[in-house]
Amino acid sequence: MTDYLYYPGCSLEGSARAYSASLKAIVAPLGIDLHEIDDWNCCGATEYLTLSPLRGHSLIARNLALAEAQRNGSSTLVAPCSACYVNLSKTDHYFRESADFSDLVNKALAADHLHYDGGSVRVRHLLEVLVDDIGVDEIASHVKKPLKGLRVAPYLGCLVSRPDLDRRWDDHEQPHALDRLLAALGAEVVDYPMRTACCGGHMTQINPETAWQLIRRIVDGADQAHADVMATVCPMCQMNVDAYQGEMDRHYKARYRVPILFFTQLMGLAFGMKPKALGIGTEVVSPAAALARIGVEVPVPEETAEPAGAAHEKRQKRPQGLPMPQPLEDKR
Amino acid sequence: MAAESTRVGAPFALPEAGAGTDRRFLNEVLRASATSPGLEACIQCGTCGGSCPSGSAMEHTPRALFALVRAGMRDEALKSNTPWMCLSCYFCTVRCPMGIRIPDVMYGIKSIAVREGVAPERTGADFSNVFVGNIHRFGRSYEMGLVARHYLRHYPLRLPGLTGMGLSMVSHSRMGFMPHRIKRVQGLRAVLDKAGELEREAAAE
Repeated sequence: MTDYLYYPGCSLEGSARAYSASLKAIVAPLGIDLHEIDDWNCCGATEYLTLSPLRGHSLIARNLALAEAQRNGSSTLVAPCSACYVNLSKTDHYFRESADFSDLVNKALAADHLHYDGGSVRVRHLLEVLVDDIGVDEIASHVKKPLKGLRVAPYLGCLVSRPDLDRRWDDHEQPHALDRLLAALGAEVVDYPMRTACCGGHMTQINPETAWQLIRRIVDGADQAHADVMATVCPMCQMNVDAYQGEMDRHYKARYRVPILFFTQLMGLAFGMKPKALGIGTEVVSPAAALARIGVEVPVPEETAEPAGAAHEKRQKRPQGLPMPQPLEDKR
Repeated sequence: MAAESTRVGAPFALPEAGAGTDRRFLNEVLRASATSPGLEACIQCGTCGGSCPSGSAMEHTPRALFALVRAGMRDEALKSNTPWMCLSCYFCTVRCPMGIRIPDVMYGIKSIAVREGVAPERTGADFSNVFVGNIHRFGRSYEMGLVARHYLRHYPLRLPGLTGMGLSMVSHSRMGFMPHRIKRVQGLRAVLDKAGELEREAAAE
């Protein structure tokens, strides 16, 4: 077994419970032992940095300090949420880069007898650990039920390959790590250029019109590629594409029905695990029709069930093409 | 007049030679944003705006906003909606030829606008405030409390359309009614209070 420090993040105990269940299910057979940091706190997303950058960075650094103090065999800190990952890794980078920053944040941490030395933990996203440390070949060797015939759009989102301050990714805009992993599961990975497009983050809460535009681009890209399902590595992306797809549909009078699953759920299915143990069946846009194609039955009966493939024929109307930037004057 | 001249697409009026030497606001933004290099390195190439997925919702392109900051046009910059429309997706950052971490600059500008009470986007600032308030109380985010309060205040008309989604989230235990409180929440508050104190000192310098 390989030991890793683990920072779950708030979403995994709430809206992304399915991510938590499925990742815990798949790491065991791969020989990964996750040690959750005791008493971790919220990373603040972008909200705390918006109001007060120094307090925001101190909030994030408290987790790094706890992780440093709880190192035990491993100094790699794994975060499954892309927003947590970017906050933790960026703050660690600033600690290493600037002595002024490090001194200032450590002064704040000292108020609770904490201290962090830049670089003492190495922050990595779960996808990086699976692809780089475990390896695609090793993952393929655990596949018992290949996802043969399932067309999957690899939706990585923004915050894994960007900003990449530590230069670990060879491509920031069209990386193929997730494609390779999904292909190793036997899935048919569709050509999906929107793989690192932004889901809008908190825009669903502060400027819905912008959020719907962004969500539509992502969903439309998957729909045009005739994907049965999208695969994501981020709770925020899952939430926006899954929970707000209906509202986006109503706004554009469109009828998209593209389900989105966590990549760990697809891994679990390929490893022959039961859908319920992977949190499958808790989506707003049901993946029942998509998963029926590979002989997987989704546990919860779904009232909105309709064949995913029928979305093309059934969609009544597209009021316009892809959303394009509009002149500002139109809006005023 | 000034507001017109800096709109997206309109010819940008550069300050006259010598007029751009007021570096006070630029320095203020530099102090508030933990990024190196900072805005002083910007070459005004416009790659950021051209890469921005939410650029169409912005009053100024990021490049224009940075020009305002460097020209010392404090009021215009702080009242622009541009930083509030930033998604923190880092497309601009990986493309910026000078390596400026633009979302950090946006956080810096937003934090100054919030501190002075001139933030143009009440919805954005309120959302951040409620989110952060929950962190102070619990040490964790509290999704149910956050969305309930935010939607009732800002989007009551969206609620009927979102009932189905909300019920689905609740029935699948994706939205818990009870927040989780961390053990050392007092310690966390002490850290945050100290950081706030240090930040105020730095801003007053």
